[in-house]
Amino acid sequence: MTALIETEHLTRVLPEIIPVTLVRDITLSIGDNELVAVTGPSGSGKSSLLYLLGLLDRPTGGTLRIGGRDAGPMDERERAATRLSELGFVFQFHFLLPEFTARENVEIPMRKLGRLTRQEMHDRAGDLLASLGLGDHLDKRPDQLSGGQRQRVAVARALANDPPLILADEPTGSLDTRSSEQVFTILEELVRKRGKSVVAVTHDLDMAARMDRRIELVDGRIR
Amino acid sequence: MPLILDIAITHIAGRGRQTVVAVLGVAVGVGFSIAMAALMQGGQDDFVRQLVDTMPHVDITDDQRSARRQPAEDAFATVAISGLRPRDDRRGIINPTAATAWLESWIPGRFAASLKTQGVVRYSSREVGASIIGVDPQRELGVSPIVGKFIKGSFADLAAGGNNVLIGDTMANRLGAGLGDTITAVSSQGLTRNFKIGALFHTGTTARDEGEAYVLLKNAQIVSARPNAINEIRIKLDDPNRAPAVAKRAEAELGYKAVAWQEANESILQALVVRNVIMYTVVGAIMLVAGFGIYNIISTITHEKARDIAIMKSLGFPEADMRRLFLLEGMAIGAGGSAIGCVLGFAMIYALSMVRFQIAATGQEITHLPIAWSLLHYVIASAFALGSAAVAGYLPARRAARLNPVDIIRGAT
Repeated sequence: MTALIETEHLTRVLPEIIPVTLVRDITLSIGDNELVAVTGPSGSGKSSLLYLLGLLDRPTGGTLRIGGRDAGPMDERERAATRLSELGFVFQFHFLLPEFTARENVEIPMRKLGRLTRQEMHDRAGDLLASLGLGDHLDKRPDQLSGGQRQRVAVARALANDPPLILADEPTGSLDTRSSEQVFTILEELVRKRGKSVVAVTHDLDMAARMDRRIELVDGRIR
Repeated sequence: MPLILDIAITHIAGRGRQTVVAVLGVAVGVGFSIAMAALMQGGQDDFVRQLVDTMPHVDITDDQRSARRQPAEDAFATVAISGLRPRDDRRGIINPTAATAWLESWIPGRFAASLKTQGVVRYSSREVGASIIGVDPQRELGVSPIVGKFIKGSFADLAAGGNNVLIGDTMANRLGAGLGDTITAVSSQGLTRNFKIGALFHTGTTARDEGEAYVLLKNAQIVSARPNAINEIRIKLDDPNRAPAVAKRAEAELGYKAVAWQEANESILQALVVRNVIMYTVVGAIMLVAGFGIYNIISTITHEKARDIAIMKSLGFPEADMRRLFLLEGMAIGAGGSAIGCVLGFAMIYALSMVRFQIAATGQEITHLPIAWSLLHYVIASAFALGSAAVAGYLPARRAARLNPVDIIRGAT
């Protein structure tokens, strides 16, 4: 079976006057239906690793394969297309487009991909939001939603194009305990009920302990 | 609606006041450009129209562009001949009947032959130097610059009496003569003849009003002692733009210098070209200023929307989409500004066309400002505005597209 993401000796060094190594020699594999925690102290390279896995950053060494395809030779357009159809992002902050409603925010990746009709996009966005408990907030803009609700909209947006892998960078980092639990439960259900894989960076060791697997980074390396 | 356009409109609509200011900046630039171009083009057209109306489109005179070869130059194969007294050429257009008949056969317009001689007009003890111009009243009607410019009498009065003369009001004032008075014309040959002032004209051209006296062709030939002679053929064409071609053909056939109005006013026409360059430079400067307004707002939007850019790129929007997005925003402002500017420009031109005033000092009346109503002005101003908007939008758009989403996401968190 092909892994969703595979890395071999993945390394990212910032070319400063004194080069800064963000991640070094990372070899890992993420398969189907996995809920993986990436943990480590601040500055250990957790988010940097996530950005490399999500094709938002380019490694300076090693290889990265997504769905069996080598990401190294991909140009900017191919990387964007891969992000659009095969990856979903959830960040610590919701990063919703403030001028658009919750439904419109979820529709944006679908409109960009262009596989569905306008009505199908409309319906799918509504269904996704409703499944995350936001059926009554479809037409509200982000500033009319609570922090937890915004983050759930962000999760719905990450699922918009039905990607097999969700990358979450401290998805509960800016939420209160109750909202954090809600969001974690949603991520867990994505794996258990919808067959997705989730790689989540977290500081919360209790939350990490509830996941299938834990990758701990120290100084950019897997411990 | 395409997604990128939807986002672009949402962005600029979300910044209502700044968008309105930027759009108005472009609109004012476009509006003033159109109004200024209409005014300057109108002034220029009016100037050229007056120029064309008041002078013959082609003027054939009994001159040559270069001196005739002397018989000695043809007779002797020498390098140089000195001390030779040139032969006196008989002045005037030779065989005028044949020349006018030939012109009659193909000229697309009207022409009149005349005899112009220099002399003095005398009344009582006062004298004024003048060109005494002998004309055929029937033919002259089709080409004369003074027809319709009479303040007393009319052009028909020239043919009404055997010895009538038409002079300008300024000459009459200098002579102290009035309508019906008898003045004396003295030619350079010393011959004199009395003429009765049949009508007074005012063309607004001082040289003409003060220095030209129109008599019958026959009388001019008598006073200059050149029976049957003419020395000028003035042509008015149906299409003044054909003047150079007509002049070239006439000169080649008749052998006399034929000057088109464009050649006679070459320096003025060149000055008009320079004037146009200045006009469009000023218009360009106005649009450049408007472009800075667009640059400012698009630059501000891209700065403020850096996080949105990062998130859209993380969602899978390529750099080209980001460039297109902000370029579209600039173009939308440019298009909106152009549309409003065209309306504004039209309103300004309409208002200017309503302005009427008089120049009392000269007694002349300018009934309204000369305005050129040309679609081209709107097209040029709008195209320039859209071009400026595209450049002003593209620069920040390119910068936005190159933003590294990781830097922004890290900065935001």
